[in-house]
Amino acid sequence: MTLPDGNPAATPLLELDSATAFYGDLQALFGVKLRIQAGEIVTLIGSNGAGKTTTLRVISGVKRAESGTVRFAGEDVSRVPAHEMVARGVSHVPEGRQVFPFLTVRENLSLGAYTPRARPHLKQSMEEQLTLFPRLAERMNQLAGTLSGGEQQMVAIARGLMAQPKLLLLDEPSLGLAPKVVDEVFEKIQEVQRRGITMLIVEQNVVAGLSIADRGYVVQNGAVLLEDTAKNLLTNEMVRAAYLGL
Amino acid sequence: MTAVLELRNIAKRFGGLRAVKSVSFEMNAGEILFIIGPNGAGKTTVFNLISGFLHPDEGSILFNGKDISRLAPHHNARLGIGRTFQIVKPLKNLTVLQNVMLGAFMHTGRLQQAEAEAGRILDFLQMSHWKDLPAHGLPLAALKRLEIARALATKPKLVLLDEVVSGLTPGEALALAGLVKRLPEWGVSVVGGVEHVMQVVMKIADRIVVLDYGAKIAEGKPAEVVSLPVVIEAYLGAKYKELPK
Repeated sequence: MTLPDGNPAATPLLELDSATAFYGDLQALFGVKLRIQAGEIVTLIGSNGAGKTTTLRVISGVKRAESGTVRFAGEDVSRVPAHEMVARGVSHVPEGRQVFPFLTVRENLSLGAYTPRARPHLKQSMEEQLTLFPRLAERMNQLAGTLSGGEQQMVAIARGLMAQPKLLLLDEPSLGLAPKVVDEVFEKIQEVQRRGITMLIVEQNVVAGLSIADRGYVVQNGAVLLEDTAKNLLTNEMVRAAYLGL
Repeated sequence: MTAVLELRNIAKRFGGLRAVKSVSFEMNAGEILFIIGPNGAGKTTVFNLISGFLHPDEGSILFNGKDISRLAPHHNARLGIGRTFQIVKPLKNLTVLQNVMLGAFMHTGRLQQAEAEAGRILDFLQMSHWKDLPAHGLPLAALKRLEIARALATKPKLVLLDEVVSGLTPGEALALAGLVKRLPEWGVSVVGGVEHVMQVVMKIADRIVVLDYGAKIAEGKPAEVVSLPVVIEAYLGAKYKELPK
C-alpha cells in the first residue's frame, strides 16, 4: 500500500485519467491523472487554485469532467451524476463542512443515509457513527449550527459515512480548527481507515494531511506535479520549500 | 508604549451563554497582537465587540482614550477601526475592484480617486489579476484577501483580521503574513488577529492573548505563551512541537 504508484497489479478503487474541467472559460484541470487503491489514504496538496477541490468535485460528480475518464470500482463513471455516485459508494465531505445549521445533528446524520442502499441500515449506521464520535451522542438534538467548528467537522464526516461509502472525499477537514482539534479530527480519520474505508483528502495543513496518509499527490496548475509515498513527500525539498515554507 | 485600544473587563452574554467573561487587554501602537484559543472561546465575539457589531454587557472599550463601547460599526469605521470577517462577506455581484472601492467611498466621494486607491491596494495585496472578476467566483483564499483589501480602503488605524490565512498552504500563509507585517506602510498602527495557523502567529505576532471559554488564560510574547502548560492543554495539544525536521 506504500508503493509510489499504488499497487499496479490490483484494479484501483478510483482512477482518474487525463481529466480536464472548466468553469466557464477558465480551465481548472489540465489532465489530472491519479489512482487510489482500496484501503489507502491519499492526500492531495498544492497551492490555492491548483485544482484540488475541483478534482474532488469531478470524482463525486458534482462537476463533470470536460474530457478524460473517471473510473470507480472498475467502471467508467465520468458521466454519472453526483446523487448516483453517492449510491455507488462515493461520499463527498465539502470544504467548510456545510452542515445544515438549522437542522439537528440527528437530522443531519439521517440525511446522509437517504440513498435506497443506505436507508435500511440507518439505525445501525448511526450507532456506528456515534461510536466513532461519542461527543456527537450528547449533541443529537442540538442544532448543528450551534456546535463548535470541530464538532461540525465531525458531523460532516459522520454524515458522509452514513451513506456507507467505499470512498470518502474530505475537503480540508482541518480548516479553521484549533491545533488540538485538528489532531482529534485526524485521529478519527485514521479510525475511519481502520474500518476499511478508502479516503482521498485535500488538505492545506500539509504536515497533518501527509502524516496520516499512505501516499500523496502534489497538484499544481491543474495537473499532478509529483506523486510519492506520504513519507517521502514530507521530506521532499521542493514540498518543504513550496508548501511548508521551511 | 501607548495603548491605542483598551478593553476593560468586558463581558458579553448570549442568553445563558457567557461568551466573554471579564476580559481585559490592550493593543499598543506599532504592535501586532494575535488572539488564539479553541473554537468557541470567544475570539470572534471580542472582534465583534471592538468593531461595534456587538456591545458589551459589562466593561468598557477605549479607542485612543475615547469610550467606544456603545458605538455602531459605521461609526467605529470612521474613527479608524477596520476589520475582516471570518465568514467572508463580499458583495458577490460586484467585481473585486468595486468591492474595494466601496471601502474607499467612506472617505472620498470621487469615483476616480476611489478607483485609484483600490487599485493600489490590490497591487499591494498581489491580487490585481482578479480585479475585474466578480467576487462570487473567487476561491475562498482570494475572498479572505479581498476582505483585507476592503478594510484597508477605509484607511484604518486599527485593523482586525479574523482568520485571514485559513485555507492557505503554509507557504502561501507565510507570504500573506509578510504583507500583514507591512500594513504600517498604509497608515495602520495596530493589527489585531485571530488565527489558528500557529506558524503565522509565531512568525509575526509581537504579543499573544489566549482565550478559553470566554476568559483570558494567558498573555505574553509568542515563545513564552506557547510553552505554557495551560495553553498546550486548552489549545495546542500535546503534538504541537512535532514539526518534521
